Amino acid sequence: MNDKLKEDFPIEWEDDHFVTRREFFKFLTLASGGVAVGTAALAAYAQIPREEIKFEAAKICSTEDLKPGSALAFSFPRPGDLCILVRKQDGEFVAFKRRCTHLSCPVEYEVKNERELLYCPCHNGAFSLDDGSVVQGPPPHPLPQVKIEVRGSEIWATGAIKGDH
Amino acid sequence: MSERQFYIDPSRCIGCNACVQACAECDTHPGVSMIHLEQVQRADTVQTTPIICMHCDEPACAMVCPADAIKKTPDGVVQSSLKPRCIGCTNCLFACPFGVPKYDVEVDQMMKCDMCYDRTSIGLKPMCATVCPSGALFYGTPEELAAERSGTPSNEFIFGNKKITTKVHLMMPQGTKQLTVKPDAVVRRSDLLTAVRQVES
Repeated sequence: MNDKLKEDFPIEWEDDHFVTRREFFKFLTLASGGVAVGTAALAAYAQIPREEIKFEAAKICSTEDLKPGSALAFSFPRPGDLCILVRKQDGEFVAFKRRCTHLSCPVEYEVKNERELLYCPCHNGAFSLDDGSVVQGPPPHPLPQVKIEVRGSEIWATGAIKGDH
Repeated sequence: MSERQFYIDPSRCIGCNACVQACAECDTHPGVSMIHLEQVQRADTVQTTPIICMHCDEPACAMVCPADAIKKTPDGVVQSSLKPRCIGCTNCLFACPFGVPKYDVEVDQMMKCDMCYDRTSIGLKPMCATVCPSGALFYGTPEELAAERSGTPSNEFIFGNKKITTKVHLMMPQGTKQLTVKPDAVVRRSDLLTAVRQVES
C-alpha cells in the first residue's frame, strides 16, 4: 500500500473519520437542541423591557434661553442625532428625538387648534408632546423621548426613553 | 500481572462445536456464528480446529477491502466489517491467510470474529473461550497459561516470503518459535498408501 492510499483508507480505527448513524443523529439532536435553546434565549432577551437608556449627560442650554411656547434643536448623544427641546406653553420642558419614525424627516414644534404637537411636514404626521405617541399621519411608532434634567438654571440631557405604543 | 491473551490449541480441540454455538448466542449477532470449526484433512483424520480471527498486526483483509469497511482498534483487535460500508465483495475471504472471514448471504455482509469486542473490551472472556470444555480456546495471562501447559505459544507465521504476526497465539510444540506454512509439503496418508502399493507391486 502506498502512503496516500494508507492516508485515505486507514486501517486503524482512530485514523478513520467514520461517523456512525448513532453519532450522526446524536449530533443532529444536540445541534437542533442548541439552536432551539439559543432561539428561546434570544426571544427571552428581547422580551426584557428596556424602557430607558442612559447616555453621558450633556448640557443643552439654560432655562432662560427658551421662552414658553418655543423650541430648540440640539444633537444628543452624538453630533448628528437630531433632537428637539420644547418648552411648552405651561413652562414645562420636554425633549424628543427629532427624526420622524415614518421616513426620518425632522419634526417641528407647532401649535394647531390650540394643541401643541410635534409636526412632520413631509407627510402630515404628528406626535403628542405628552408622551411622543402618534396623533395623526403615517408614522408607525411613537417618537422616542429624550430624558432631560433641570439642574439649577441649566437643562441637561441624560438619556432616552422608549416611546409608548 | 500481564495482559490477558487469546490462545488456540488445535491439538486439544474435540470438535464439539460448543464455541460455534456460544458465538451464535451473542445478542449482537443472534443466531449467526462469527467463528467456525474446520476439519483438518478430513479424509485422513477426525481432527478439528476452531477458526477464530488471529487479529493480524497488518490485517490483509482490511488492506484489500475496497469499501474501507474493516478497521483495527488501538488495542489490536481487527473488527468485523462495518455494516454501512461492506459491499459483500468477498475480497477479504480470499485475502485472509487463515481462512477466517465468512460471507453471510442473508445480510450481504462479511462477518468475522471480533474477539467479542463488547466483552473483552470490558475485561470479560470471549464467549467461545468461556465454553470450550477442553481448553482448545484459552483466554488468560501468559502466566496462567504457563502454569498448566507445556507447549510454546507463537504468533509468527511464515507464508512463503511473508511473515505475519498476530495478536492471537497458536500453541506449538515446546520450543517452536514460528510456524512455517508449506501447502505443497502436506503429506496425506492416502498418498503414502499409494506409494507403498506402487513399491509392493
